[in-house]
Amino acid sequence: MIPAAFEYYRPKDMASVLSLLEEHGDDARVMAGGHSLIPMMKLRMADVPHLIDLQDIDGLSEIEIGADTIKIGAMVTQMDLISHEGLADAAPILRETALQIADPQVRYMGTVGGNVANGDPGNDMPGLMQCLDATMSVIGPDGARDILAREFYEAAYMTAREDDEVLTSVTIPRPKGGHAYEKQKRKIGDYATAAAAVQIVKENGVCTSASIAMTNLSDIPIHSPDAEAALVGTAVDDAAIKAAMQAMLGDIDPNEDNRGPVAFKNHVAGVILRRAIERAWSRA
Amino acid sequence: MSNKMHIKFTVNGKVEEFLAEPRELLIYTLRERLNITGPHIGCETSHCGACSVTIDGKSVKACTMFAVQADGADITTIEGIGGPDDLHPLQNAFKEHHGLQCGYCTPGMITRATKLLEENPNPTEEEIRFGMAGNICRCTGYQNIIKAIQHAAAEMNAAKEAAE
Amino acid sequence: MKDEVTRDERVDNLKGMGCSRKRVEDARFTQGKGNYVDDVKLDGMLFGDFVRSPHAHARIKNIDTSAALEVPGVLAVLTAADLEPLGLHWMPTLAGDKQMVLADGKVLFQGQEVAFVVAEDRYAASDGMEAVVVDYEELPVLVNPFEALKSDVVLREDLVAEDGSIPDGAHGPRKHANHIFTWEAGDKDTTDEVISNAEIVAEEEMYYHRTHPCPLETCGCVASMDKVNGKLTLWGTFQAPHAIRTIVALISGMEEHNIRVISPDIGGGFGNKVGAYPGYVCSVVASIVTGKPVKWIEDRMDNLMTTAFARDYWMKGKISATKDGKITGLHCHVTADHGGFDACADPTKFPAGFMNICTGSYDIPTAFLEVDGVYTNKAPGGVSYRCSFRVTEAVYFIERMIEVLAIKLNMDAAELRRINFIKKEQFPYTAALGWEYDSGDYHTAWDKALKTVDYDGLRAEQAQRVEDFKAGKTRKLMGIGLSFFTEIVGAGPVKNCDILGLGMFDSCEIRIHPTGSAIARLGTISQGQGHATTFAQILASEVGLPADSITIEEGDTDTAPYGLGTYGSRSTPVAGAATAMAGRKIRAKAQMIAAYLLEVHDDDVEFDVDRFVVKGAPEKFKTMKEIAFAAYNQAIPGMEPGLEAVSYYDPPNMTYPFGAYVCVMDIDVDTGVTEIRRFYALDDCGTRINPMIIEGQVHGGLTEALAVALGQEIAYDDMGNVKTGTLMDFFLPTAWEVPNYETDYTVTPSPHHPIGAKGVGESPHVGGVPCFSNAVQDAFRAFGNTHTNMPHDHWRIWKTANELGLHD
Repeated sequence: MIPAAFEYYRPKDMASVLSLLEEHGDDARVMAGGHSLIPMMKLRMADVPHLIDLQDIDGLSEIEIGADTIKIGAMVTQMDLISHEGLADAAPILRETALQIADPQVRYMGTVGGNVANGDPGNDMPGLMQCLDATMSVIGPDGARDILAREFYEAAYMTAREDDEVLTSVTIPRPKGGHAYEKQKRKIGDYATAAAAVQIVKENGVCTSASIAMTNLSDIPIHSPDAEAALVGTAVDDAAIKAAMQAMLGDIDPNEDNRGPVAFKNHVAGVILRRAIERAWSRA
Repeated sequence: MSNKMHIKFTVNGKVEEFLAEPRELLIYTLRERLNITGPHIGCETSHCGACSVTIDGKSVKACTMFAVQADGADITTIEGIGGPDDLHPLQNAFKEHHGLQCGYCTPGMITRATKLLEENPNPTEEEIRFGMAGNICRCTGYQNIIKAIQHAAAEMNAAKEAAE
Repeated sequence: MKDEVTRDERVDNLKGMGCSRKRVEDARFTQGKGNYVDDVKLDGMLFGDFVRSPHAHARIKNIDTSAALEVPGVLAVLTAADLEPLGLHWMPTLAGDKQMVLADGKVLFQGQEVAFVVAEDRYAASDGMEAVVVDYEELPVLVNPFEALKSDVVLREDLVAEDGSIPDGAHGPRKHANHIFTWEAGDKDTTDEVISNAEIVAEEEMYYHRTHPCPLETCGCVASMDKVNGKLTLWGTFQAPHAIRTIVALISGMEEHNIRVISPDIGGGFGNKVGAYPGYVCSVVASIVTGKPVKWIEDRMDNLMTTAFARDYWMKGKISATKDGKITGLHCHVTADHGGFDACADPTKFPAGFMNICTGSYDIPTAFLEVDGVYTNKAPGGVSYRCSFRVTEAVYFIERMIEVLAIKLNMDAAELRRINFIKKEQFPYTAALGWEYDSGDYHTAWDKALKTVDYDGLRAEQAQRVEDFKAGKTRKLMGIGLSFFTEIVGAGPVKNCDILGLGMFDSCEIRIHPTGSAIARLGTISQGQGHATTFAQILASEVGLPADSITIEEGDTDTAPYGLGTYGSRSTPVAGAATAMAGRKIRAKAQMIAAYLLEVHDDDVEFDVDRFVVKGAPEKFKTMKEIAFAAYNQAIPGMEPGLEAVSYYDPPNMTYPFGAYVCVMDIDVDTGVTEIRRFYALDDCGTRINPMIIEGQVHGGLTEALAVALGQEIAYDDMGNVKTGTLMDFFLPTAWEVPNYETDYTVTPSPHHPIGAKGVGESPHVGGVPCFSNAVQDAFRAFGNTHTNMPHDHWRIWKTANELGLHD
């Protein structure tokens, strides 16, 4: 498997990245860890005449934990998320999710930016970021702008980021309450059959807020406000969980693939969501 | 064909410098340009880990990285881990505990295991299974690989303690 | 001189049979110094690669190679038209059919080889492949063999006469244009009669899905034609290098002595590397045409889509018994999907391999087997994936039928097995379908297995689990998988086993060096089995020289004696026997030398570990080391100098390893996720040469069995597209998905094998697949399940639960 020939650039600053993107338009792609893009190039399913490697751009690999928010640079790897000490306390769901992505080697190379920006419905970070109500920061020829994760995904591999923009960081409000990232997959290295990200707040035995998003159950990640609403104000009892599952099922639209038919995926989506809610609630 | 690029990196302590097309995958650079044939090609889609090497302290699948990305990097392959006169405890443990059969996955497996034991010098069986899950072996069923890594870890820890 | 070393120490020093000698192969493998085919690098070497068909069935209207030839670095693009003048556009298959080397007017499966691009490097070859333009006219696709047998669509026009009649095939009459053969064993009429009059009859249909051996190293070769001396050297991933040499000679017209085939280190085979593939032929042709070495290495997608599928058997069974469970008859019909060409790797007279071992470990008086081979628009292959020819299918069939019968009888499946086992005193036992089982003690093995796992306790726990499930206390069911298998390995006696007319003997040639070390060469080739370690152990015990002083060499046809290679667990039963026999020839001559040196009659000395001693006077002896030197420095009257021997061993029978496996599995009814809680494997492979290696083989075979049973498949959609072409979708378990296994053994030597060994590499796969599958099926038995097809991946298990109403 040999990719078609391409030109390679490793600019030192973002201005150079943007000018390369402007110069080559659709023919150029930025690359972070490359573990989504390179296999596609090798299979000649992605044609990238101009490849821009972001590894030398400063300031994209930081994790900043503020009082209210956490900012994660686009080049932060899954391994960075796993091994960062402060993050395990501030937003443990990030670590829990990252550990369920691919395998150790891939986690060393795979980045948050690549995972969220690629728009691959199989990626885990987009759903997680929707659950956490993240804001994506992009920079382009007209300057920087922010896009809500919940508004970022338009279709498979299609996002609100323009072709001449680069995703630079993701910022999340510091998560509150209990968390869970529950994922069913066939084996290590597989995408989810179904996955659920849940963050839930409990006060006096009652759910005061809930955040729910699902992965690989549609051509985009699915944030489900109706499922959240079904939990809020309840003691997250069986009836509330069932209502949340029902609401979520109204939002997803899985496709049949080698992981199974639609009926199976819908069923597992419900089971996985229930388990995520129960686990998050037990930690809340 | 695109322009060739100047690439310079260190492999197993030796500086290598050459011109290559950007599309040259690191695994081919190692195997065909530099005759470092320990790392192998198994799946080409980053699932099997036969091509595993260590780059700047990270375990990496060399089939999913262009050589040009590694410009300036420090790379270690199985050939840099130990040889006849300075066998790494993992190399010895794989032999002692029958942690290999056809040998094709072995260089990637041992290379990854060196890094695993750096990350976690005292792994449980479960941690080894999880930490080695990026490397597929078709022959051994992993049981003896895990045993070998456990024994190597114990040996390395004992040696470290003795040195302290 | 007084001997300071005890006899036990002398035995230990040999590292002979029965000890867990560490592997001599490992030093180079652990240091990255293996030498696999893709490590072969020759001056001026070119790279070849295939343009492959995206369609499963299409006519080729035109192939335009002009743009490809313009790509810098591309030297040639071969098509069928280029090979036709050489008569190489088709090649014979191992199954008596023929196969297109490059698409000749049409393609019959997705991924079929259409053109071979030869270039200076792999980059140019890859760009050249992109530039070849093929004009296809799509044809209706047949991916189901039952539909193929009814269809008007003819897949192989070359096998239909001009008047539309269907000529006989290599295995007799054909019933339809897409039919390949009907193969029968046993007594049909009696079987039908027994079954129709039986007290109890259980019937089941089961599909053993298509899968692939998928060794970590794909197939490949380097062909190097030296035009100066007229010699061709072919390195490749060949499980049968000598057979490949003969095939190359037969199809190329080159004289066989001018062809040297070398199998270097092989990164796993599992049957994938037995066959002859178009890549080999095209590389040879390209090297002859260009005068330069040509390398061809499959990528993983090529491998999964084209070379060597396994299984794909639709099996329909009837089993009859008395009310108290004594089996009286067995009927089996198989519809075998062989893909576009019949390239199954079986002995010539066995188009369905040894499927007629399907009476299993049971004393079944009457049986009948019928197999229909069918062409479809799938890849050719039909190799024995970690098993002797179709034995995995046979064992899966009988071990499922036993479970189905147990359900019908409302009887415990372990007990049903026990009352039907062939008894120890019945061996050698001739089965209803013809095979003569050499030895066995099934009851002892079974009882040991059930006792070790506390079978009764497991059943009690399972019953409680069912109660808990029904009471809503758990959503996990527990399955107890049983299997008792008998393999048939070590093909095989030349009288009934050959491949392309080559008898399936094997060979060993030994040279003892003057200083008492040795080299032995064999006709087999290790792919991870550790031959260099274990064959030296056999020799050490036979000739009394330390295993560490014996080099084992395989895989170079210029130096090794002719043999049929390594597959079907035949190395130990056949080449291992040849090794022992050659060793005994050495020993016979050594005895005469010893007697001469000790100045006694030949009959007055006897072999003792590492020496010959004078009978009754153990202080008078000559060590094998001394004898070796004497063979080269003494002029012994009436004896040639030197100490060498060769043995070509034609086994009198197959060997019949057996084993008893138990799997305990938890199943999440809501997600279909399985968890293997315990796996116990008792193997009886006869005499044990190296327990460490046996255990490793068992671990590996069980893991491949786990994969096949729980998810690994080559799946096609209705258009004949392969849906599982990468390791994302083709299930190879990682360390995370695999349990620890408990291994155990009994020893029932083969009575006809020189050292009593039977072979073990494939047993765990053969016995493991039904064991994992039975565990899944058993979990649902209490809810009315009798059978569901593999692979038991999450969604199929979920479907079973769903259909049984367990989600209501």
